[in-house]
Amino acid sequence: MNATEIHALAAEVLAGIAPEADLSTVREQEDLREALDLDSMDFLNFVTGLSQGSGMPIPEADYPEIYTLAGILRYLAR
Amino acid sequence: MADFTMPALGADMETGTVVEWKVRPGDHVRSGDVIAVVETHKGAIDVECFLDGTIDDLVPLGQELPVDAVLASVRGPESAAAPAAPAPTTSVPPAALPSHLPVAEAPTAPMHPPTSHRRKVSPAARHHTQALGIDPDTLSGTGVEGAVTLADVARSAHAAPTAAPAGPSITPANTPTRPRGGFDPDQMRRAIAAAMGRSKREIPHYYLRSTISFAAAQSWLSAWNRTREPAERLLPAVLLLKAAAKALAQFPQFNGLYVDGQFQPAPPVHLGWAIALRGGGLVAPAIHHAQNLPLPALMDALRDLVQRARAGGLRSSELSDPTVTVTSLGDRGADEVLGVIYPPQVAILGFGRIVERPWVVQGQVLPQAVVSVSLAADHRVSDGHLGGQLLAAIDSALQSPDTL
Repeated sequence: MNATEIHALAAEVLAGIAPEADLSTVREQEDLREALDLDSMDFLNFVTGLSQGSGMPIPEADYPEIYTLAGILRYLAR
Repeated sequence: MADFTMPALGADMETGTVVEWKVRPGDHVRSGDVIAVVETHKGAIDVECFLDGTIDDLVPLGQELPVDAVLASVRGPESAAAPAAPAPTTSVPPAALPSHLPVAEAPTAPMHPPTSHRRKVSPAARHHTQALGIDPDTLSGTGVEGAVTLADVARSAHAAPTAAPAGPSITPANTPTRPRGGFDPDQMRRAIAAAMGRSKREIPHYYLRSTISFAAAQSWLSAWNRTREPAERLLPAVLLLKAAAKALAQFPQFNGLYVDGQFQPAPPVHLGWAIALRGGGLVAPAIHHAQNLPLPALMDALRDLVQRARAGGLRSSELSDPTVTVTSLGDRGADEVLGVIYPPQVAILGFGRIVERPWVVQGQVLPQAVVSVSLAADHRVSDGHLGGQLLAAIDSALQSPDTL
């Protein structure tokens, strides 16, 4: 996936979890959980959506790598 | 003939407004059917009917009515052939289940998939549609499953309001300024304040707190999640919740309702799960028979409840049935929480954030995952000695995660 696709996927998944959250207001290095007030369930749903949309398994141990938008872009581009 | 009445969806509800009938006069209803949508301070709730028969005399939409007001009459199967007499509205015995009692016999079926026929609306979007006088049903939603989001409302606010067709089931003349599902955060705040004020006035609370090792549960959870897709993974909250439900089943003095000066224990653990709403507010809908649900089913139930609490579609039984409440702050919350009992319940359990702390294991200080668990309970029903045993039972359950 390229950066545009990853960004679109993240925004789409997020819209289903936190409809009023706006990804465009979040800085790349900001922790999404704090910036968008995602709780544990929200974040798991976010991971689930990213995994299903990208085809990557995203094991639990890798969660810290995708706490930020920059991290997600890096991780899903692998 | 029996009356279908406005249910009390928690101690903090005084009135509700029928905003949609899902049945028509003469339709056959069965116990457990969702037959109406009622707007409350907790948003729009799918209201179930626990009567069997033919429904008639539906109240008009859009009228704010008190709890226990008659909303419709249901003619039982045995009298269905008899000529329809005018519905008496005063001397009918309350055949409907008292809404403040746990509905143990009702087919609770918490595993129904979320209803998809009703438009999902985020609470923030609801608030804005109400402020703007827009019916959210008339908007096209861009969220998941077509949910109406704040952005959709903002877009529509620029469009000509007359272009929006009225919702099919609302009489526009009746409810011009009251769109279906209007959710008012101020109203919810007042209701929470009233219920918590009553709790603090009436319930002699006592509080206990323990720190429990979460190491065994954590390693069991990691092993479970390692081999599974994200959609099948479990959250720590599920283990905490199951441990709490199992312990509560052993100590009935914490599971039930205090009504009319008496404690009524409730054998099933209908565990109210406190869910924070985006934009403020809180609901604690029931997970029915939580002590009997396997962990994956409990996880599904939690996910489903959180989704419906935020997007709309909670059922009346979920709001009227809880026998006890559990609150868990999750991974970004505070280290510990001391709850306020939700009347007429008699206990609330609170789990803090799971944290790594120095912990002594066989004379050695080791870093270990631990969690704070607190109990606030009603002194009219139990004492601290028993409360300590309840917390010990939760601890014990969490040390054997494979038996949860």
